[in-house]
Amino acid sequence: MSQYVLRRLLIAVPSLLAISLVLFVVLALAPGDPFSELATNPNVPPEVQAALRAKFGLDDPIYLRYLHWLNAMLHGDWGFSFVSRMNVDTLILQRLPATLYVIGSAQILALLIAIPVGVYAATRPYSLFDQIANTLAFVGFSLPTFFTGILFILIFSVTLDWLPFVYTTDIKATGIRWVLEMIRQAIMPVAVLGLFQAASMTRFVRSAMLDVIRLDYVTTARAKGLGQTTVIIKHVMRNAMIPVVTLIALQMPAVFGGAIVTEQIFRIPGIGSLLISSILSNDTPVVMAVTFVFACLVVLFNLIADVLYGWLDPRISLR
Amino acid sequence: MLDKELRSMIGQVKDGQMDRRAFIKRLAAVGLTAPLANQLLALGGVAMAQSPAVYKPTKRGGGGPLKVLWWQGATLLNPHFATGTKDQDGSRIFYEPLASWDADGNLNPILAAEIPSVANGGLAADAKSVVWKIKPGVKWHDGKPLTADDFVFTWQYASDPATAAVTISTYGDITVEKVSDLSIRILFKTPTPFWANAFVGAYGCVLPKHLFADYKGSKSREAPNNLAPVGTGPYKFVEFKPGDVVRGELNPDYHMPNRPHFDTIEMKGGGDAVSAARAVIQTGEFDFAWNMQVEDDVLLRLEKGGKGKTVYATGGDIEFIAINFTDPNVEIDGERSSMKTKHPILSDPNVRKALALLVDRDSVKKAIYGRAGRTTANYLNGPEKFVSKNTSWEFNIEKASKMLDDAGWKVGADGIREKDGKKFKLLYQTSTNGPRQKTQAIVKQACQKAGIDVELKSVVASVFFSSDVANPDTYPKFYADIEEFQIPMTQPDPALHMRRYISANVATKENKWQGQNFPRYVNKEYDDAIAAAETETDPVKRAALYIKCNDLLWQDTVFIPVMHRLLVDASSNSLRPALSGWANRTDNIQDWYREA
Repeated sequence: MSQYVLRRLLIAVPSLLAISLVLFVVLALAPGDPFSELATNPNVPPEVQAALRAKFGLDDPIYLRYLHWLNAMLHGDWGFSFVSRMNVDTLILQRLPATLYVIGSAQILALLIAIPVGVYAATRPYSLFDQIANTLAFVGFSLPTFFTGILFILIFSVTLDWLPFVYTTDIKATGIRWVLEMIRQAIMPVAVLGLFQAASMTRFVRSAMLDVIRLDYVTTARAKGLGQTTVIIKHVMRNAMIPVVTLIALQMPAVFGGAIVTEQIFRIPGIGSLLISSILSNDTPVVMAVTFVFACLVVLFNLIADVLYGWLDPRISLR
Repeated sequence: MLDKELRSMIGQVKDGQMDRRAFIKRLAAVGLTAPLANQLLALGGVAMAQSPAVYKPTKRGGGGPLKVLWWQGATLLNPHFATGTKDQDGSRIFYEPLASWDADGNLNPILAAEIPSVANGGLAADAKSVVWKIKPGVKWHDGKPLTADDFVFTWQYASDPATAAVTISTYGDITVEKVSDLSIRILFKTPTPFWANAFVGAYGCVLPKHLFADYKGSKSREAPNNLAPVGTGPYKFVEFKPGDVVRGELNPDYHMPNRPHFDTIEMKGGGDAVSAARAVIQTGEFDFAWNMQVEDDVLLRLEKGGKGKTVYATGGDIEFIAINFTDPNVEIDGERSSMKTKHPILSDPNVRKALALLVDRDSVKKAIYGRAGRTTANYLNGPEKFVSKNTSWEFNIEKASKMLDDAGWKVGADGIREKDGKKFKLLYQTSTNGPRQKTQAIVKQACQKAGIDVELKSVVASVFFSSDVANPDTYPKFYADIEEFQIPMTQPDPALHMRRYISANVATKENKWQGQNFPRYVNKEYDDAIAAAETETDPVKRAALYIKCNDLLWQDTVFIPVMHRLLVDASSNSLRPALSGWANRTDNIQDWYREA
């Protein structure tokens, strides 16, 4: 087992190197300039912009810039943002709590809806409950978050005036009021993201359950006289969860990576909004760091998913 | 305006026979007023009006929190590193300059004890030096006194290329020396009629020497105070998260009486302009939102029965279509739009004039800019005293068609004009931006009616405005026949705005397209007028020279001005923000208050 994990980690090194190389080259070849805002200001002669480019090494050849970056990264130096001239790791750590809180809650909400609904729908296929759940799921994942987000704002903030739609990181309150405010401002983004995720996940859980529920061993379990609840939870669900675990594991990096669109709509200062603003301002070190961390997380959670398979289904042996 | 008459009027103001408001009104009547009328008086020996800002609160604090929304959040808080206005706006809450520009383009003293004038000995007669007196008793937020040393240091800091400050353009060519603990002298290499640049406005913020002295030059990025400003401003620093939020609290030792009004300030960043307008106008979650680049229709709809309104400030920002004088389709020595070529169609002045007749500015205003724009024939739209009254514009397809017929461009079988077998086809480029694409469509429609085939192209803004030498789609490369964008006017003086188009500034491969004259306009008369204006110390003659430059650009149709754009913000109904078209939004933040 530990050998297997070690081997997988060693394989990850070259693949991460390759990912970083591709990311770097693509970013370097992409057009744009972090100092472009200066160009239209008649107060700032273009020489200033050129001098800044030269100072930050933007005019060096790509391979040199990549080696510099790689070397610094290996020493734990993530570089600094061209735009805010601040260390990239500080910048990312600042944004992480908001993303973890909002996207994490949304994922939990999605699981809390998807698993019970999916399981129950699968035990009564084509019943009225199943039909309704299916219809809602289709509606749910057909509506993009930027649409539902704005719809929610119009209904709950503008018309009803119940919820704020600008997310605040530091609420000026303490104790229970702080907690309540934190929950109040997260309701809309969490609902938008959570319902969207729940919709597709419900479909997934339902079909995974249906695959298993028809198998002979389930009939055997029932024939033994076990109750419906025991059969479903102990015998069916455990086996049906394998593909669901894969899906969840692959979505975990997103909890850290943020949700670009939703964060932008509700002004949540998370990783997603950091990424999009950095891309728009061509702040390569930040974009590079965020995407690279994201790649590492994908690799890591894939490994975790594989390890979990072994636990869920002892027939899968990891060697 | 007659020289003599003006001079006698200045004399009258000096002697107290004429009040300065009457003087400015008289100047307005002949097309020369406001901001530079005041500099004009200053050079004429009359002290600038210490513009009395209407400020009602009678005690410091008590205004509660001020919540403002910037849809592009500040990313750093060192005003000398600020790449955009969002950063300057965030820094300005804490740092202050000697003076700022008010709504009329007057200098408003902040850290200065008085505005320099000839009368108070501040301005040298040869326009080669200025002495500023610093207000006594001003303290940094950490309690240390503000002295002339801080100003001298700020100059050294910003002018050092290793610091990589964006303000190097303002401070590089001057020398600052300490006269006494509370006064400094700025020395210019050449006579500089526009002296109010260094230590004024957004780029003028002074840094505390005791905190930045160790971080001048290549160590500039390591200064801990880059992220935790200690200034002299009305609010003290509390918290900063780049791109997200800037927070400050009332400075109890602020040097202006009864100011600031608000107990705390919060500047939230991120999102988009429409939802920012919503948060201020519809739900009232915020008091003020910056830069409402939103269609007027949308704003009008939001304003119906809302909790806020839009507010406007007039500056000199001009949205225009520039004409390429060189041929973008022929490559010479690896360079398109080379100075060795001439544009095959647009080098004919009558064709350019005809093209100007095809831009329906009224429709553009009606359909896109609404209250946020003014139609104009001029490239230079402010301050008032520099605005030419000699120009005019019209939209007239028949007239344009006739001019094109006369120029030899006859309508071909396919409805498109041609001359000597060459089709009248133009490539019209601009940055990707809703209003610009709509303007393109309006212009294209009119051109089609006149038999001109226009191909539209839009380039992502981050590419269009970049200085990337390798990219063919940047605006200085101008690999198109005509292009549209906006050049903001960041100070109430046309010197930098007009200097761009002298022939020495033509963008070429040789200067890596860093020359600012992107239309590649060459006119000796224009060059001479600019050269004369830059050393002209007589403000009236100087204004006349810049008006002449504007008129030359109009006669030669170098630009087709599309819209004189106003600054648009959203404000709650009770907030009284002190805004100016000649300054950034927070440049007079100490004067903001809420009506009870």
